[in-house]
Amino acid sequence: MQLKKRTFSYAKYGYLFSIPFIVAYAIFSLYPTIYTAILGFTDCKGLGNTNWHFLTEEPFKNFDLILHNESFLLSLKNTFLIWIINFIPQILLALLLSAWFTSRRNKIKGQGFFKVVFYLPNIITASTIAILFSALFAYPKGPVNDLLINLGLRTEAYNFDVHGNAVRGIIAFIQFWQWYGYTMIVLVSGILGINPEIYEAAEIDGATDSQCFFHITLPNLRTILIYTLITSMIGGLNMYDIPKVYLNGGPNNATLTTSVFIQKQAFSGSYMYNRAAAASMIMFIIIAACSAVVFFLMRDKKGEQH
Amino acid sequence: MKSLERRDGNPVVKALIYFVCIFLAVLSLFPFFIMVINATRSTTQIQQHAVSLIPSHYLLNNFAVFNGKTFNPGQGFINSLIIAVGSTACLVYFSSLTAYAIVAYEWKLRNAFFTLILCVMMIPAQVTSIGFYQMVYKVHMANNFLPLILPSIAAPSAVFFMRQFMLASFPMELLDSARVDGSKEFMTFNRIALPIMKPAMATQGIFSFVSKWNELFIPSILLTDSTKATMPIMVSLLKGDIYKTEYGCVYLGLTLTALPLFVVYFALSKYIIAGVALGGVKG
Repeated sequence: MQLKKRTFSYAKYGYLFSIPFIVAYAIFSLYPTIYTAILGFTDCKGLGNTNWHFLTEEPFKNFDLILHNESFLLSLKNTFLIWIINFIPQILLALLLSAWFTSRRNKIKGQGFFKVVFYLPNIITASTIAILFSALFAYPKGPVNDLLINLGLRTEAYNFDVHGNAVRGIIAFIQFWQWYGYTMIVLVSGILGINPEIYEAAEIDGATDSQCFFHITLPNLRTILIYTLITSMIGGLNMYDIPKVYLNGGPNNATLTTSVFIQKQAFSGSYMYNRAAAASMIMFIIIAACSAVVFFLMRDKKGEQH
Repeated sequence: MKSLERRDGNPVVKALIYFVCIFLAVLSLFPFFIMVINATRSTTQIQQHAVSLIPSHYLLNNFAVFNGKTFNPGQGFINSLIIAVGSTACLVYFSSLTAYAIVAYEWKLRNAFFTLILCVMMIPAQVTSIGFYQMVYKVHMANNFLPLILPSIAAPSAVFFMRQFMLASFPMELLDSARVDGSKEFMTFNRIALPIMKPAMATQGIFSFVSKWNELFIPSILLTDSTKATMPIMVSLLKGDIYKTEYGCVYLGLTLTALPLFVVYFALSKYIIAGVALGGVKG
């Protein structure tokens, strides 16, 4: 009896110490989420307006309008496009580098230095990076145009900022440039976690480096690769700072991402909080679907470990 | 061992690897190099030759132009510092406390609570920003730093990280001996658990600080008063019309905003890289 009472009395501290987290989460995350969902069904618009009424006639009007809004559909396309043209080279380069850095045959010196330098762009403020690149790609006089002309690749300066695909490419490149170092470090630590005996056995059997990579490294990295894929996708779907600061989604909405679209709907023009909320909820559903995939795969991994 | 020596790498492959790595290192550093050099050059010089390897002597002129505009970098620095330090302190302390509640005590809803934390870990703040903005606006807290600091009390991914750390390296016997000595539970957490959590707190603290310092979306919709603007908000103004013709001054502004991050990064790079690697293993 005595013992039972004691464990019970300690249990209350578990609840007690969780209270700050639960309260802060409820106020700053849960409530805003529900609020956003509700606003999607209302007529709330106009700068600083906090009064609203439900759309009783057509409750899904905002969702309908957003799903048929050409800018929104374009922004979805842009977001996926920019993410994919950054992610594919990023993961390939990261895989190649991590294979080189963990190679048992070629011991690469200065790995610490390379990791620090490759990761550096990731910690610098995204708005700083966006302005820096827009200065680098400036027209008619800018470092990149200067280099292109001096190297004889072009005879005259190229105005990057008026060509939609060029700006998309630049933004995808910035994302790639900021993130391949991160992905590489994560993959290297994943590879170092693989049991070295497997590699030793393969070496005794005369396996080449590339055979080891495709038959041992890749299958064992599966969960980490999927994790990288999904987190990068969630980050990519929320891409905001770089396209916003670089050209505010321009030229001609070529780099309008869904987050920039939502920000523009809500905080410029006629301040359509309701439509921005509907667009947010649509994005929320897309992201939740991706998260569900992650948890499904993470659960699988835990099962394997036990 | 013999087999390893025999199969030592091909020198051509090795040279190729170093070539690619050095190329990428230059690619990482060169934009920042141009930024710093051009911060010391006049607009005319930059217009004539945008790339130069030699610094010039217009740094002070650029600073005079820069300081004369609406941009107040000192104020922005202080604002960013208050937000980043405040929310990092909240994140580190309360995430440790929450993880402690999950690891150190047996309670009925413990597993349900932890599963909930895992579930909400992936939800980005951006998608619920409209509701957040309306809520803050309604209680007249826009242009106040608290709505940017207090949400860090509930940081699901930090709690997850702290829990993993605690499970791996926290000796539970310490709790029992503290109880025998008559220490109160909350005291035990502050005096005994927190010091042991230091390495995990440092890792989470660095990442929280950097990401809060760099955040643009939520601060830019809440902080409309120019005296409350943070560094990233001010930087985004550098693209405005008043700076269109002041190239040297723009590069200087960028350099000033990046400088504190360079200092922090190179001082703590060892821990940062280790922290990134750890984050990958947890996944």
